[in-house]
Amino acid sequence: MQIPAAFEYARAESLDHALQLLAEHGEEARVIAGGHSLLPMMKLRLANPEWLIDINDLADLDYITEEGDTLRIGALTRHVSLLESDAVAGLFPLVRDAEKTIADPLVRNRGTIGGSLCQADPAEDLSTVCHVLRTELVIRGPNGERTVPMRELHRGPYETSVEQNEILTEIRWPIRPRSSSAYTKVERRVGDWATTAAGACLTMGDAGQIEDVVIGLTAVGLDGGTATRAEDAIRGQQPGEELYAEAGRLAAEDCNPVGDQRGTEAYKRHLADELTQRVLRKAVERVNSTTAARS
Amino acid sequence: MKITMTVNGDSVTSEAEPRVLLVHFLRDVLGLTGTHWGCDTSNCGLCAVLMDGVPVKSCTVLAAMASGHEIRTVEGLATGGTLDPVQQGFMEEHGLQCGFCTPGMMLTARALLDKNPDPDEDTIREAISGQICRCTGYATIVRSIKWAAAHPAGSSQAETPAETPAEETAEVPA
Repeated sequence: MQIPAAFEYARAESLDHALQLLAEHGEEARVIAGGHSLLPMMKLRLANPEWLIDINDLADLDYITEEGDTLRIGALTRHVSLLESDAVAGLFPLVRDAEKTIADPLVRNRGTIGGSLCQADPAEDLSTVCHVLRTELVIRGPNGERTVPMRELHRGPYETSVEQNEILTEIRWPIRPRSSSAYTKVERRVGDWATTAAGACLTMGDAGQIEDVVIGLTAVGLDGGTATRAEDAIRGQQPGEELYAEAGRLAAEDCNPVGDQRGTEAYKRHLADELTQRVLRKAVERVNSTTAARS
Repeated sequence: MKITMTVNGDSVTSEAEPRVLLVHFLRDVLGLTGTHWGCDTSNCGLCAVLMDGVPVKSCTVLAAMASGHEIRTVEGLATGGTLDPVQQGFMEEHGLQCGFCTPGMMLTARALLDKNPDPDEDTIREAISGQICRCTGYATIVRSIKWAAAHPAGSSQAETPAETPAEETAEVPA
């Protein structure tokens, strides 16, 4: 029987109240949202917080809003809302690609994007999505708000730059014209963590070239979350199979997978190559089909 | 701490430690053992209940977090002595073998049909994809849910296991 160690529980009534509770209860207080990462860790006694600050009542942190050239996502937005949002799927199709593969419907009913990002699990899908979308994150603390780029959020596995007395409040995805994206994942069975997954977002130029691109890989130890050498090699080039193959080769070279029960190091490296090619192909197809639909 | 929630329409209040999981609160404190307790790791879905109408794994929700919310368990599926069409469907189409996954499966089915009264097979399979039937009786579970969709509550078929043409045309009770 898995039961967490004893702790005290407080329910936050507002964001300010949550911050106040965090300040009050100090180092051993943790925020709980969906709880689908923290509670399993507490049951295994890998996490033993003395206080849990429940933020599930903060409905004002649960939203998807388009504002100018930014899509703003509240940190308490549940996976199911991201999966079902047509606004999100229209602007960033890789989000739906990824959400379909995250755990299962019951877990997606509870788990939140903010919780996923703050868990900082190296095999977590939305972290790659956020790298690929060049996400900005809004963090609120006792002294107000600050924003950090995605590459500065994770300090390492299970460690973020959100300080103990701070809360991640908003995820910001920049909207770019003539852009699209894709995410694909190989998993042992439905709902598993990725053996390897890849995501890409790209912007096409006037002459049909890849004007800008970001490539991310999940669960293969890619430094900084993005395959920058692969990106540099194809930026400015005309899309095509040879180019995708080159990007795949470079991405696979630059990752550092570890062999485990999900696959050998060589297999994961092979997947990094192949999946990079697939997401680039798919993202280019998607830009071209939306551009064709508009003209 | 004091925990108050609505379970199957009734308000319940009890003292429990903050670390008590919803599944244990339901089973051990309230005695509602219809909610089964399986893997304990949010994988198997045996412990699924509806929280404000949404299926959740009650091994991964603290009772404290459910405080103030509406919980529906398998004990709350039948109303006024009449089985829910989902329960009837599991009987008609042999949707259970050992029965261990059945309560969770039926609650997820109820939530699905409330949202989408006429789901196709893929939608049904997706809806129950977070739950494991170790008898591997998925085909009959899917058929049971289809049966429930075809026989919504209030239709005479949902209330009478033996269908006859006469009963199909019977007046719907008010």
